[in-house]
Amino acid sequence: MSTLSVKTDISNNAAIITLEGNLDSSTAPQFHEAVQKVIPQNPQELVLDVEKLDFMASAGLRVIIFAKQKLGSTAKLILVKPQDQLIETLKMTGLLFSVTLVDHYPE
Amino acid sequence: MAEFDTRIDYYPTHELNGIKFRRGHVLPFGATMVPNGVNFSIYSSAATSCTLVLFEKNAEEPFVEIPFPKEFMIGNVYSMIVFDLDFENLEYGYRMDGPFDAAAGHRFDKTKILSDPYAKAIGGRDVWLGPPNWDKFYPFRSRLVFEDFDWEGDKPLETPTEDLIIYEMHVRSFTNHPSSGVKFKGTFTGLKEKIPYLLELGINCVELMPIFEFDEYEHSKKDAETGELLVNYWGYSTLNFFAPKSGYAATGKYGMQVDELKTLIKELHRNGIEVLLDVVFNHTAEGDHRGPTISFKGIDNKTYYMLTPGGYYYNFSGTGNTLNCNHPVVRNMVLDCLRYWASEYHIDGFRFDLAAILGRAQDGSPLSNPPLLETLAYDPVLAKCKLIAEAWDAGGLYQVGSFPFYGRWAEWNGKYRDTIRRFLKGDEGIVGDLSQRIQGSPDMYWVRGATAGINFITCHDGFTLYDMVAYNQKHNEANGENNQDGNNDNDSWNCGREGETNDDYVNTLRHKQIKNALAILMVSQGVPMILMGDEMGRTQFGNNNTYCHDNELNWLNWELIEKNADIYNFAKHIINLRRNHPVFRNKEHFRNSDFMDSGLPDISFHGTTPWHPDWSASSRVFAFMLDGKHAKNGNTEDDTVYVAMNMYWDALPFELPLLPQGKKWHVSVNSSMPSPFDFHPVSKEPKIEYQHNLIVGARSIIILIGK
Repeated sequence: MSTLSVKTDISNNAAIITLEGNLDSSTAPQFHEAVQKVIPQNPQELVLDVEKLDFMASAGLRVIIFAKQKLGSTAKLILVKPQDQLIETLKMTGLLFSVTLVDHYPE
Repeated sequence: MAEFDTRIDYYPTHELNGIKFRRGHVLPFGATMVPNGVNFSIYSSAATSCTLVLFEKNAEEPFVEIPFPKEFMIGNVYSMIVFDLDFENLEYGYRMDGPFDAAAGHRFDKTKILSDPYAKAIGGRDVWLGPPNWDKFYPFRSRLVFEDFDWEGDKPLETPTEDLIIYEMHVRSFTNHPSSGVKFKGTFTGLKEKIPYLLELGINCVELMPIFEFDEYEHSKKDAETGELLVNYWGYSTLNFFAPKSGYAATGKYGMQVDELKTLIKELHRNGIEVLLDVVFNHTAEGDHRGPTISFKGIDNKTYYMLTPGGYYYNFSGTGNTLNCNHPVVRNMVLDCLRYWASEYHIDGFRFDLAAILGRAQDGSPLSNPPLLETLAYDPVLAKCKLIAEAWDAGGLYQVGSFPFYGRWAEWNGKYRDTIRRFLKGDEGIVGDLSQRIQGSPDMYWVRGATAGINFITCHDGFTLYDMVAYNQKHNEANGENNQDGNNDNDSWNCGREGETNDDYVNTLRHKQIKNALAILMVSQGVPMILMGDEMGRTQFGNNNTYCHDNELNWLNWELIEKNADIYNFAKHIINLRRNHPVFRNKEHFRNSDFMDSGLPDISFHGTTPWHPDWSASSRVFAFMLDGKHAKNGNTEDDTVYVAMNMYWDALPFELPLLPQGKKWHVSVNSSMPSPFDFHPVSKEPKIEYQHNLIVGARSIIILIGK
């Protein structure tokens, strides 16, 4: 059974979700829940700190799609320090254009 | 337990081993996500009972088998909603019970777990040639698909058919060669990385050889001599009509093949390139009575397949079975399938493999008014899709020129291929026929217009263009069938030596013949189609039926661009020439008259003397002129173009037709000249010194622009 730790932080107009561990179909609901909790606060930036995320399966990508659609077109979806493999998967599945990649947040 | 939606139909009413379920919706067929659960729906005309079998991804044993209660069945449809399923991790199938009575057409076997004909993805063979577990009880597993792809503003391009330049290609072959330089070789992502190349070449439409899920291991065998594994490489054998080939996706191992393919299509569209799919509705991967039971055979054999009165399989496809396309139920499945690809994948059109079969009745006899073809032609969802028939089948039905078209259908013009090949190699008695082909075959498509014909000289079946000028005979030994497979009538000419040679004369002639072929294709009315790699002289070393090779016989070697730079540069030019001159891209046929009062008819025919074409049997010479004022039925203005073809073995002087006052002839193409003088870039064509006559070299083509 894989484990995922999800921490949520709200500051100013940004919601920051820090993910650590493995994000697969068994742990994705935790991530989904966190996203659902912060969306009603209308954050201008949804920041996913994935630096310590070891693995993201398609279930995790589905949550990113869900988040993007819920956020609306004016808010930004930011990924902090995604690993190369995740960037590649985002690219191949057409998700890369929906997110902003940064090395640190705040920059 | 999840929170249930408040709607009453989203509450479970039944429970089995802790799995909650209720009566489902009969439509749509397949597995559909609904609030809190998944709706499963499947039909069988003759099963006596049906059981839904649910697996966790890759698990050997199902976690539950739920027999459909009788009250869940409406008509012949079984449907049920199952709650609290993990969509990402779910694989499903069915068991169908019923009679095994081959003579009556029934082949039920409740020991088999059957794949859903409407599954939107197939799991279990996620990676190309991934080593299969032959003992696996349920190898091709139905999966669920999320329809949440962000298309942004994308939609099918609806490029006018007459403006298309089609590139027929194989997803894996295009980038699997090490020389492709892409990171994910042989995948949708690899193809996407090569879009700049397609743009540079100038094509605006790709036709993908089958990308529906197939089993590359079907009929696979080790070659007795070389020990090489021969596989079902091309993929003309469908396992499932709704699922993309997972092994073609770099993300197939994550189950993201749907997103990857959609990303490719979106990106092609963004670059102005349409996507046509080569679809194989004539048969399935289940073979004949000796073949495996994967899906259709165990669900409703009699409905899905054309059967002989004794219950055996008709074999009009040459592959064991024939899909029963004009059975009303199968017809609906085909329609559902094409609607799905057109709407969910934004596909621009379809090329139907062995489409004559789609016009056969359930007993195999040809129909004069085939309901399937009519249905597709008039369908509202498919209204803007290109529909292209390969208008023949392996049962001897040949309908090129006579395929039922309903104002919509186009055809692969096999006659164009045969005529151009014969003319190129210098056959006699071809000129009359040639004049029809370059006009868009009005003799065949008078009512239908020039766009009814897809012009091609080569396609995946048969020689590549290079091999057409390098081989007189097929060399199919590597296929392991003693050179018995593949077509014997290739209308090819090796230019003096069979196969590879160091003879400069032969090699120069071959390159010239390739340029001649590309030139004729691009100045012909109708829709041109190029085979992947012909623009750089791709060879299959004389093999004209490479369906089974996952190796360099099929993979595109990108080093050929450098090796055959003259061919590649010429191909780019001649494509660009077509795109720049609407006079080559008429939708309607010529009227052979000067209806614009320009002083010249829309098209005129010439020989070595203007206005005197040589129609005689021994003629190998043909010239024609297209008047620019008549371009696109007179709706746009273009230059006037003169094309002289000399397939005689010696150079001949041609007298040129006069241009209207103030215009001069400029030379665009002269295939007899060595590169780089074989063409001049569009709008930089030099004026020719003598405006009244010129020499057209032996087996050469000259194209002049009058401006």
